[in-house]
Amino acid sequence: MNSATTVSTTPSLTQAQPADRWYPLRRSAEAVMAPLVALIGASILFSVFLLFLGASPLDFLDLVWTGAFGSWFSIQNTVQRASPLLLTALCVALPGQLGLVIIGGEAAVVLGGLAATVCALPLVNTTPVLVWAVMAVAGAAMGAFWIGISGWLKAKMNVNETIASLVLAYIGLALFNHFVEGVLRDPASLNKPSTYGIGDDNMLDTVPWLDVHPGLPVGILACILCWVLIYRTSTGFASRVTGGNIRAAQLQGLPVDKLILLACAIGGGCAGLAGAIEVAAEYGRANASLNAGYGYTGILIAFLARFNPLAIMPMAILLGGLGAAGGLLQRRMGLPDATIQVLQGLIFVSILTSDTLYGRFRWFQPRG
Amino acid sequence: MDPVSTVLLSMLAGSLRVSTPFLFVSLGECLTEKSGRINLGNEGVLVLGAMVAYATSYETGSPWAGVFAAAVAGLLLGALHGAVCGLARVNDVAMGIAIMLAGTGVAFFFGKPYVQPSAALLPGIPFGFWSDNAQVRNALQVCPLFLVGLAAAGGLHWCFNATRVGLRIRIIGDSQDAALALGLPINRTRLFATACGSALAGVGGAFLSLYYPGSWNEGLSSGQGLMAVALVVFARWNPINCIWASLLFGAAGALGPSLQTVGITWGYYLFYAAPYIVTLVVLIITARGGRSLRGMPGQLSIGR
Repeated sequence: MNSATTVSTTPSLTQAQPADRWYPLRRSAEAVMAPLVALIGASILFSVFLLFLGASPLDFLDLVWTGAFGSWFSIQNTVQRASPLLLTALCVALPGQLGLVIIGGEAAVVLGGLAATVCALPLVNTTPVLVWAVMAVAGAAMGAFWIGISGWLKAKMNVNETIASLVLAYIGLALFNHFVEGVLRDPASLNKPSTYGIGDDNMLDTVPWLDVHPGLPVGILACILCWVLIYRTSTGFASRVTGGNIRAAQLQGLPVDKLILLACAIGGGCAGLAGAIEVAAEYGRANASLNAGYGYTGILIAFLARFNPLAIMPMAILLGGLGAAGGLLQRRMGLPDATIQVLQGLIFVSILTSDTLYGRFRWFQPRG
Repeated sequence: MDPVSTVLLSMLAGSLRVSTPFLFVSLGECLTEKSGRINLGNEGVLVLGAMVAYATSYETGSPWAGVFAAAVAGLLLGALHGAVCGLARVNDVAMGIAIMLAGTGVAFFFGKPYVQPSAALLPGIPFGFWSDNAQVRNALQVCPLFLVGLAAAGGLHWCFNATRVGLRIRIIGDSQDAALALGLPINRTRLFATACGSALAGVGGAFLSLYYPGSWNEGLSSGQGLMAVALVVFARWNPINCIWASLLFGAAGALGPSLQTVGITWGYYLFYAAPYIVTLVVLIITARGGRSLRGMPGQLSIGR
């Protein structure tokens, strides 16, 4: 009797249990493997490129390591470049979760920096804490507004967001130049048109104890918060459903338009905040230095991280390190500064090509 | 001359000068999009074409060799885009951005030594010979590449409407299912359309470095390669309309400098944004119709 029941229930028990409990792990392994293959492929291609030019790939790697992480100074340099990249990558990754490709983060950075400076100017003689708070809010609001326009155009007008955000980036840069070289210009800035400064007292200091760029904790916090938003809240789940299949999301009655607006606004807010921090920590005023290509490198990082905010952190450090090593490469190996851009382009092309690897290998697929 | 006609004349001149790269890139983009794929990488092709053309012209002394080399460079970069997008699961919009970054990177890398030297430029054809007015003569000095562009537009129009290749490209762009049923080589045709489209965009880049502004530097392109996407929407995927669209965008771009010639310098940077604002307005007007947009290839990813 007893043995009979066990015999009859055992097969049904094994069926009720998930037949392949390692599948989630293998799926994660697939998500790590594909970009890794792409990075290795890009390195091989780039090595061939270097050998073709008569330069040694090993020297290159050595110099990149020295320039990016070799000393405390170079680590500070890397962090300084990576900090705004954390935020500008979020500007691409959050809308990316919804299947949108937003590439106008550059304008959100410069306009965010400009708005932060303008709002800080009447307050320069108050306390620094107030100035920083106002700058952060103003920068984020401006960035959210600017990328929000692209989201609104997509949601309400069905305008392609990639082209709209890029065109808006050019318009934003024109507005920035108009104000910085016009009404807001400090007459004392002769060679490099700038706005009035926020004052030395109001400059953000480096992080205490660590002595690194103050944008680093902000960027890391933003990445963690965005990760929680995307992977641990119902709003984030709805966003991922929308990114997976927009028609299915609409059929389910998910507020797709609102989600698009929200993702664009939060992403733009992050990029605008990056601009505000750059002004407060580095330049002290808004000028063309803000237009340093952080928005464009952010696109690459977001794609490298497959729009996962936690994966943005190592990728931002990697790309920030490459940027930090650029000067050393120029001096020691005589390579032009565009070398890093060639490498970035190669990485980008191979990372997108690696998308085709998903689902090609049986080993990663569910079994049983 | 009174100020108004001065502005109008210099806008005409600017339009004739500035529109040529727009024309080539939009024709190339039109060809690619007709096959059902979008290529944002034409911006990178434009910059690479400009560099290759200038370098070739400097090394060989012949600007026409430069134009040819630019077309070949565009062909290669476009073929890369076409081949990779032919693989399953690869996003053509994102790939375009990657090609843009890679193309500009390669152009800046190899273009470094050519920033200083001056290469042989393309000669202008003086269509203003009948006038005594220096400004009119100057305005009607037309680059031969502009005429090549007009011919290419006519040729593409003929190709789409009257040839077997054109019909195949249109079928593949409009319905992948129909193309499959007919047994057409979808990937090969798209690869061909993307490569040829990028070759045209490369010639547009050659115009930038070999005629106007007529030098090579890293800030040469101001996004014409990307605006081409909007231009093609505006032109309703019709090569002949691309001519008018390019002239209009050229005129919008010439607005700021034209006003400067009569002493209006206020808002110079705002007028610089005029073509982008035109692009945005065009996008909004044309997108409101949604999928029923007339002339839009059915397989295009920006329409879905």
